[in-house]
Amino acid sequence: MSEEQRLHLHVPEPEFRPGDTPDFSNVNIPSAGSVRRPEIDVAPEEIRDMAYSIIRVLNREGEAVGPWAGELNDEELIEGLRHMMTLRTFDARMMMAQRQGKTSFYMQHLGEEAVSTAFQKVLVKGDMNFPTYRQAGLLIAQDYPMVKMMNQIYSNEEDPLHGRQLPIMYSEKEYGFFSISGNLGTQYIQAVGWAMASAIKHDTKIAAGWIGDGSTAESDFHASLVFASTYKAPVILNVVNNQWAISTFQGIAKGGSGTFAARGHGFGIPSLRVDGNDYLAVYAVAKWAAERARRNLGPVMIEYVTYRAGGHSTSDDPAAYRPKKESDAWPLGDPIERMKLHLIGKGIWSEARHKQAEAEIRDQVLIAQKEAESHGTLHSGGAPSARDMFEDVYKEMPPHLRRQRQEAGI
Amino acid sequence: MSRMTMIQAIRDAMDVKMGQDEDVVVFGEDVGYFGGVFRCTQGLQEKYGRNRCFDTPINESGIVGAAIGMAAYGLRPCVEIQFADYVYPAYDQIVSEAARLRYRSAGDFTAPITIRMPTGGGIFGGQTHSQSPEAVFTQVSGLKVVVPSNPIDAKGLLIASIEDDDPVIFLEPKRLYNGPFDGHHEQPVTPWSKHELGEVPDGHYTVPLGKAKVTREGSAVTVLAYGTMVYVAEAAARETGIDAEIIDLRTLLPLDEETIIASVQKTGRCVVVHEATLTSGFGGELLSRVQETCFYHLEAPIIRVAGWDTPYPHAQEWDYFPGPARVGRALVKVMEA
Repeated sequence: MSEEQRLHLHVPEPEFRPGDTPDFSNVNIPSAGSVRRPEIDVAPEEIRDMAYSIIRVLNREGEAVGPWAGELNDEELIEGLRHMMTLRTFDARMMMAQRQGKTSFYMQHLGEEAVSTAFQKVLVKGDMNFPTYRQAGLLIAQDYPMVKMMNQIYSNEEDPLHGRQLPIMYSEKEYGFFSISGNLGTQYIQAVGWAMASAIKHDTKIAAGWIGDGSTAESDFHASLVFASTYKAPVILNVVNNQWAISTFQGIAKGGSGTFAARGHGFGIPSLRVDGNDYLAVYAVAKWAAERARRNLGPVMIEYVTYRAGGHSTSDDPAAYRPKKESDAWPLGDPIERMKLHLIGKGIWSEARHKQAEAEIRDQVLIAQKEAESHGTLHSGGAPSARDMFEDVYKEMPPHLRRQRQEAGI
Repeated sequence: MSRMTMIQAIRDAMDVKMGQDEDVVVFGEDVGYFGGVFRCTQGLQEKYGRNRCFDTPINESGIVGAAIGMAAYGLRPCVEIQFADYVYPAYDQIVSEAARLRYRSAGDFTAPITIRMPTGGGIFGGQTHSQSPEAVFTQVSGLKVVVPSNPIDAKGLLIASIEDDDPVIFLEPKRLYNGPFDGHHEQPVTPWSKHELGEVPDGHYTVPLGKAKVTREGSAVTVLAYGTMVYVAEAAARETGIDAEIIDLRTLLPLDEETIIASVQKTGRCVVVHEATLTSGFGGELLSRVQETCFYHLEAPIIRVAGWDTPYPHAQEWDYFPGPARVGRALVKVMEA
């Protein structure tokens, strides 16, 4: 048998590994403002090309251009910047707290701050997110008390989840934030189910599912698209493509499909691709999708093209699998810097105001941290009660758990 | 009172709850227009509309995952997995999600869902229509696991399950759908219409979860059984003439230990019977509990009668299925010790 007759397994590899010089000049980034804005009730087949493009609003000069621009007023833009800055500062403090041994684990959003903070602004009270572990901006953008998030991260005596759940796996129904599981992809179909329930009850609320590029490979992703498509569920199916699933580059999950957004096509789900580092673009596209869902026109899939500038978690070291400078070379820039440039260009922001805002935010985060730490950190100070370990397994504690709690002597 | 098969009783339970509570929805594969492959949901779509009773894509993880999302919204879904053999794709949603949602969110979200599925063998269903997977659920904290054995219990337990605020795995022994099959496969089964347990009360009632039932009082030996094995044990007692006390556990999790302990301490002997495979089966758990609580009352080692540790075979079904002869031998043996 000749060598060309033999079969070969194709295992995709990222272009750059440690030691290589990253160069993304071959990545096709459409210029800001160049992608059209379809009508809300457009037929999915008319916008199939949009799953292969990238909707962008902010250009290199920081100007908002094109048909997706002009959605936010000055006040909202400044608020958006502050939310992204708050999330980044919060992350930095909690990363440090983890290194200081105040908690076991943390996951930051570095480089992805625009996605969740901007998205949340298109939802209304009563809508429900089914987030992954990298969407804390959904809470930050609602001015959720940071101290409560920290109490959870520290598993302290005020932890709303009573010390039972891994740090950052928040749950806050009142803020439309479903309990984070930590298992991958499972919550995506739950978002579809929630949306179906809203339709069953003839409600007006919508749901948002969240998944990462890597987890789109899970079977539940397929289940979600089938159910969302079949029942035309009022759900926004968000795919955050931050290029890396721990050490695995996005090509392993994506295979030959071109883009993650294109996965929606087989299900007749309109699928848009957006610059995830562009707050204005994320907001505009999410708003379009939310309006479509609310008008009973069914699901929309959105792929946010972004880059995970930090490690997967505090247990991860990206230098082991990708070039150290890869995030600097990433062509979509930094969401905070881009927003700042835009606001300065509009004349409503300045370097001085930015520095002042940084200081204010740092103070707010520090005050929250101090308060949270007064209630304890993972290994010192106030802790959740050991008895609590046995609560909430069931609504009412069955006899065998009562007996085991007694045996534990707590 | 109405004469009902177990299928009709199960349907009646859903009918009662759908009538009482707008938040109860029913869905699964083939459950809508057609009414389910065993007809357990027949007529529900017609009566309550496609909005509340509908067909789903063939995706068990999707069925349970969607149900969890609906429960988080505030509904009370009662879903069908067509055969318990097909539940495994939904296992992650059941174990990692439904079972732990209340715990991990400290009650912020809950999953009051009922997951119905036909279980067990006796219908020449081979590997894909005969399994008894209860033990893969009884190991999971946060679930309740129910196995009814007759129409009256099936209706009352299903209503209780739908009303329960925690996720319930509701295993319906399919060989009992039409009558109390006792393992004598060569003989016709008495239909439920000619059995006192087929006389089902109308309207709403519940049989509480976590409560076993003594189906035959006796003094010689306690038999712990559930589902089809309740009738197999009764046949074995009848045919051996051994005065067995038979307990139908009805709920495996949480388990009614009080009833079990009282009986074994009275009889001093115990046989545990289930269709599921022996190794790491629920019988192992029952044995441990009896040993821990009744050791000084025991006159003989506890015996387990279970499915052989093989996949469920097709042509060899009656060599595999723990019938009255095998259970009878165990009764004789435990009495001889």
